Amino acid sequence: MTHLDYPSTALPDDGPHGSEERGPAISPLRPGMDPGKIAVSSQWTLIWQKFFSNKVAVAAGVVVLFFYFIGLFAEFLAPTSPSLAQPRFTYAPPQSLSFFVTDADGGWTWQPHVKGYTTTVDPASLRRAFAIDENSVIPVGFFVEGTPYRFWGLIEMKTHLFGPLDPSQPMNLLGTDSLGRDLLSRLIHGTRISMSIGLIGVVSSLVIGVVLGALSGYFGGWTDLVIQRIIEVISAMPTIPLWLGLAAAVPIVWSPITVYFVVTLIVSLLAWTGLAREVRGRFLALRGEDFVTAAILDGSGRARVIFRHILPLLTSHILAVVTLAIPTMIVAETALSFLGIGLKAPVVSWGVLLQDAQNIRTVATAPWLLIWPAGAVVITVLAFNFLGDGMRDAADPYET
Amino acid sequence: MPMTTQTPSATALAKPTRAQHDDLVSAAASAPVLSVRGLSIDFHLRTHVLHAVRDVSFDLFSGQTLCLVGESGSGKSVTARALLRLIDPQAKVSGGSITLQGPDGELRLDTLAPNGREIRAVRGGRIGLIFQEPMSSLSPVHTIGSQIVEALLLHRKMTKAEAKAETVKLLRQVEIANPEQMADRYTFEFSGGMRQRAMIAMALACKPDILIADEPTTALDVTTQAEIMDLIARLQRETGMAMLMITHDLGLVAEVADSVAVMRWGRVVEQGPVDAIFHAPHHPYTRKLLSATLRLDTAAKRTAPATTGQPLLSVRGLCKGFGTTNWRGQQTFAIKAVDDVSLDLWPGENLGIVGESGSGKTTLGRMLLRIIEPSNGSILWQGNGQAAEVTKMQRPELAQYRSAVRLVFQDPFASLNPRMTVKQVIADPLIVAGALKGAALEARVGDLLELVGLERSAMERYPHAFSGGQRQRIGIARALALDPRVIIADEATSALDVSIRAQVLDLLLDLQKRLDLSFVFIAHDISVVRYFCDRVVVMHKGRIVETGPAEQICTRPAEPYTQSLISAVPNPDPRNRRMLHRTRFGA
Amino acid sequence: MWVYVVKRIFLMIPTLFGISLISFFIIQLPPGDYLTSLLASMSDSGQTIDPAEIARMRATYGLDDPMVVQYFKWISGIVLRGDFGYSFEWGRPVSDLIWDRMGSTLSISLAALVFVWAVSLPIGIYSAVHRHSVGDHVATFFGFLGLAIPNFILALTLMYVSYKYFGQSVGGLFSPEYIGADWTWGRVWDLFMHLWIPIVVIGTSGTAALIRILRANLTDELSKPYVVTARAKGLSEFNVVMRYPVRIALNPFVSAIGWVLPNLISGVTITAIVLNLPTAGPLLLRALVSQDMYLAGSFILLMGVLTLIGMLISDVLLALLDPRIRFT
Repeated sequence: MTHLDYPSTALPDDGPHGSEERGPAISPLRPGMDPGKIAVSSQWTLIWQKFFSNKVAVAAGVVVLFFYFIGLFAEFLAPTSPSLAQPRFTYAPPQSLSFFVTDADGGWTWQPHVKGYTTTVDPASLRRAFAIDENSVIPVGFFVEGTPYRFWGLIEMKTHLFGPLDPSQPMNLLGTDSLGRDLLSRLIHGTRISMSIGLIGVVSSLVIGVVLGALSGYFGGWTDLVIQRIIEVISAMPTIPLWLGLAAAVPIVWSPITVYFVVTLIVSLLAWTGLAREVRGRFLALRGEDFVTAAILDGSGRARVIFRHILPLLTSHILAVVTLAIPTMIVAETALSFLGIGLKAPVVSWGVLLQDAQNIRTVATAPWLLIWPAGAVVITVLAFNFLGDGMRDAADPYET
Repeated sequence: MPMTTQTPSATALAKPTRAQHDDLVSAAASAPVLSVRGLSIDFHLRTHVLHAVRDVSFDLFSGQTLCLVGESGSGKSVTARALLRLIDPQAKVSGGSITLQGPDGELRLDTLAPNGREIRAVRGGRIGLIFQEPMSSLSPVHTIGSQIVEALLLHRKMTKAEAKAETVKLLRQVEIANPEQMADRYTFEFSGGMRQRAMIAMALACKPDILIADEPTTALDVTTQAEIMDLIARLQRETGMAMLMITHDLGLVAEVADSVAVMRWGRVVEQGPVDAIFHAPHHPYTRKLLSATLRLDTAAKRTAPATTGQPLLSVRGLCKGFGTTNWRGQQTFAIKAVDDVSLDLWPGENLGIVGESGSGKTTLGRMLLRIIEPSNGSILWQGNGQAAEVTKMQRPELAQYRSAVRLVFQDPFASLNPRMTVKQVIADPLIVAGALKGAALEARVGDLLELVGLERSAMERYPHAFSGGQRQRIGIARALALDPRVIIADEATSALDVSIRAQVLDLLLDLQKRLDLSFVFIAHDISVVRYFCDRVVVMHKGRIVETGPAEQICTRPAEPYTQSLISAVPNPDPRNRRMLHRTRFGA
Repeated sequence: MWVYVVKRIFLMIPTLFGISLISFFIIQLPPGDYLTSLLASMSDSGQTIDPAEIARMRATYGLDDPMVVQYFKWISGIVLRGDFGYSFEWGRPVSDLIWDRMGSTLSISLAALVFVWAVSLPIGIYSAVHRHSVGDHVATFFGFLGLAIPNFILALTLMYVSYKYFGQSVGGLFSPEYIGADWTWGRVWDLFMHLWIPIVVIGTSGTAALIRILRANLTDELSKPYVVTARAKGLSEFNVVMRYPVRIALNPFVSAIGWVLPNLISGVTITAIVLNLPTAGPLLLRALVSQDMYLAGSFILLMGVLTLIGMLISDVLLALLDPRIRFT
C-alpha cells in the first residue's frame, strides 16, 4: 500500500472564543437534580426518589395506608356494631347522604341526614320491599353516641366517628344483609381481618422462607436438596385444592381466633415458596459478584459478608417481593372464607361477607352485597400490585 | 425547542474546507461509493438532548478502508449504524446527508423511510454489517446456515437449494472447516472466532459494495483477531468493496486503515490518510491518543530488581481441575484450567502473566489468594521472613496473608458495593482488621484517596458518582488500605479507555516506587504488560509456555506459541505493519 | 433428545412421591378414620352394621396398621389396581366417581389454556413492539385489573351481569331444556354460551400474567444485537420481530404450561364451585365438607399429577423449541 503524503485535516483545537470543549454536547430539557447532590445521595435516597417519581405507585401506597388505617380504628370508624341485627330492615338498600334539608318556606338549612325507609310487604312472596321515603329525615352527625364497644378490646367506648343522632334510627349507607346488619360497619370490620391476615401471613411466610433458606444455604448439600424438592412439590400443587384440603380439616369447634391464626398459617404455608425462590436466586447471584469476593478478601467473616454486604442490597428487593405477596394472601383468605371453609361467623372478613353473595338470586335483589366487598378486595389487590411494582422498579435505582 | 439549543462552540468549529475534501477525492482517484456530509444525530433523553454526533463528514472509496477511531462515547458506533438507519427510536438524525452511489445513480439514504423497501434493499444487499459481539449478534435458536440462507433469499434471486449451496460456498470462503456440516449447527456450538467468521459470511453473502465492521475483533483474542483481519483483508482484495471500520484500537488502525477519522464527543476532530494521522497529527486529542498508545508500546523506564535471593511468593506444581465427582466419590477432571504451574515473585518485581482467554491466567491469580482452592501443588509465602504454606493456612493466618497480598479487580463497576460510600468501601478492611477507629480511620481513608490521586472529599460519595477510571482508583485504594506487600492486578486496566489506562498504569508504577510493592499483573494485552512488567510468564491452555524478561519476550520470544502471539499484536505504526505477515502457530 | 425426556421423567419421581405424601396427609388429617365416618353416616341414616363386618373391613383397609404400611397399601392400590379407595358418601368406589369429573376439569383447563394463549400472544407482542403507546397502556391497565380480580369474584360478577341484563342462567354447562338432550346444533350453541364465562373467568389472570411476561421478555429480546443483525440483513420489520425475538420470547409461553396449568386447575376448582359446573371442584368441596376423605384425597392427588404432566410436556416442548436446552 502506498503512503499518501498529504496532510490530515484537523479541527482547530480551540473555538473562536478560545474555549476548548470539555465533554459531550448536551442540551438540557429541564433542570435535573444537582449532580453534586446525587453523588452523596445514598442508594436509599435514590430508591426513594425513584419511587416518588412514580405517581401511580405513590397513590397506591396511600390507598394501602388508608385501608390499614381503617382496619386499625375499625370500631370507632364503623357507625355501628357489625353483628347488630335489625330484623325490620333485612336487605335494606343503601341510603344516600344529604347535607341540607328544605324548610317549609323553601329555604335550605345545614343538616346532614339520610332518608328513612318505607316498607311494603309483597303479599305473594311475603318479602319486604323497601323504598326511600323522601319525607322522613334521619339526622346524622359526627362523634355520636351509638352501640357500645371495647376499643381494641380494651377501652369501653360509645362514640363513633359518625352515625345517626338517634341510635334507634336506621342508617345503612351501603345497605344491609339478610339479617339487617349494616354492611358499611361489617365492611370496615372486615377490613381489619382481611388486611391483617395479609400482613401476618406474609410475615410468617417470610419467617418460614428465611429459616428454610438459611438452613438450605448454611448446610448446603442434602439439606439444600431436600428443601429445594419440598419447594418444587409445593409449587407443583394447584393451590386452591390444597388450601381446601388443609382448611377443611380445621375442626368446627375451634374458637374463631384459633381458626383465624390457623387459616393464616395455611395460607402462608403455601405462599412462602415463591418468596424463598426469589430471595435465594438473588442471593446466589449477588454471592458471585466481585464486591463480595472483595469483602471476603478484606477479611470479613461469613456473617459480615451476609449482613453488611449482601443483605443491604437485598432488602429493597425483599420488600418489593413481600409487598407483591400480600395480595395473594388476602385473596386466598377471601376465597377460603367465601367457600365456607375459612373464617366463619361471627368473625367478619371480606370473604365472609362475600359468602352472602353466593346465591345469584340474592345478588340480584341486593347487589350491594357483592359490589362492596368485591370492590374492596379488587381495590386492595390492585393497590398492592401497583405499590409492589413501583417498589420493584425503584429497588434498583441504576436501571433505567 | 431542544433541537435548536446547541453549545456555543458547536457552530463555531470549522468544517473541513471544500478544498480539503477535493484533496481527499483526488487522492483516491475515483468517486466515493458513499459520502456523508454534515451528519448530526441527537438522542432525546428524559432530561436532556445528547448531541451524539455533530457535523460528521467522510467518504468511502472502493477497495479502501476508513477507520473511525475514538474512545467510548465518541459517537463512532452511532455514526456507523446511522448509515443503515439502524439507530434507536430516541435518536434522530437532525442534519446532514448520506449519499450512496449505485448503478442507478445516487441514493440519498437519509431521506428514505426508516424501514421502507428501499433502505431494506440497501441493508445486507449494498451494505453489510458486522458487530463486536459475535456471541449475541447471531440468533441462538436458528442454525448458522438458515441465517445465511435467509439473507441470500432476501437479496438475490435464488431458489432455496441454490441458497443452501451458496451458503456452503460462503462458509468455505471464510475458512470454516466442514462447511456442509457446520451450516446445520447452532451458534453456541461455534467458538468466538468461528462465529465472527459466520457473521462475515452472512454480511458478505450478497456481495455488498460496502462493509461496515463495528469493533469486529474487540471480543476476540489477539491471534483470532489477526486471523479475522487477515480474512477481511483478503475478501476486500477479492471483491474490491469499501470498508468502514469502527475501533478504539489505534494499533489495529495502523495495521488496516487507508484513511482515518478520529472522533471525540460526537465530532470528527481530525481526518486524513493513515500515515499523516500517525506521523503528522495536528489535533492535540489525536496526539494524546497516539502518545497513550505509543507509550504502552515501549517499556517503562525502570530497572528490574534482582531476581536472586529469597522470593516473596514461590508457586510449585500448582494445578486446578474443574470437573465432577463420580459416583464413587472420586474426582474426575474434565478440564485442567491450570496445569503444573511454577513461578516465583521477587520483592519489588512486576511479574506479568499473559495469555489468551481460556489460558488459565485468571484461575491462577485467584488460586494465589485461595478464592479458588487449588487441586494440587504448593504456594509458599515468605513475606514475613519465614516460609508459610498458603494452601494449608487456617482462617486467622489466611486473613493475615490476604491482607499482605491484595487483589485489584477487572470490572470497576462490579467490584464496589453500590450501597456503600467510598469511605465505607475503603475503610472496610481496616474495620475488619480492627486497626483504626473514628477520626484516625477517616484520616487514613483521606490519605489513601490522595495517594491514588482522588480528592479527600470523595469519601462521602457513592460509587455511582465516579467514572470507570476513578472507580478503579478507589479499588486500588482499598487494596492499599492494609499496607500490602503484593498486589495481584487481574486485568485491572482492560475495561478502561486507552488514555485512562495509561494514567492508571502510571499510578501503579508510582505507588510501587513509593510503597515498595510487588505486582502480579494478569493481562491479555501484551503492550500493557510490556510497559508495566519486568518479567513475563506466558500461559497457554493452562500451562506455562515461556518465562523471561519482558523486553525479551516481547521482542525476541523463543517459543513458537509466544512468537505467534507477539507477532499477532497490532503495531501502531502504519509504516511497519506486522500483523499481516506474522508467525503462525499450529496448535 | 430422548435422553433428555427420560431424564426429566426420572426427575419427576421424587416430586410425584411428595405429592402423594401430601395427598395421603390430607386424607389422614381429619380426626377419626374412614370407618368411624362410615359408621357415623350409616347410623345417621338409621342403618346398623354387624361388628364382625366392621372388624373385617378394618382388616381389609389396614386401619390398624402403622401409617407407613397404610400409605403403601393406599398408594400401591392406586398404582397397581387403580383402586383409589371407597367413597362412603356416595357408597361407590372413588374410581367410579373421579374420572368423569377429572376429564371435564382437564378439558375446561385446556380450553382456558388455548384462550390464554390466543389472547395474550398478539396483545403481548403488540405491547412490546409499541411500548408506551396508547394501546400498550390500555393493555397494561387491563392486565393489572385481570391480575387483581380473583376468579370467583369475576365469576360472580359475570353471573350477576348476565342474569340482570340478559336474563340468562349461567350456572352449569347447559340450559335446563338441553340437559340430557341429544346433540344438536342448538345444544352445541347452548354449551358454548355456557362455557365462555368459565373460560374467560379462569383464563383472565393467566392471560394478564402472560401478557406481562411476554412484554418484558420481548422487550429484552428486542434490544439484543441479533435483532439489529436481522435488520441489517434487510428483513422487514414484521419479519424481524416475528422470526427472531418472538421465536425466543415464546419460551415463557411454552414453559407457561408448567405454571399456568396449576393456576388454571386451581381456577377451575373455585370457578366451577361458583358456576356449578360438573368438574372436580364442587365434588371436591363437598367431599371435604362431609370429610369423605378418600374422594377428596384422590382429587388432590390427581390434580397434582396433572400439573406434573403439564410441566413435563412444557419442558419437552421447550427443548424442541430451543436447541440450547436440548444440547446441554
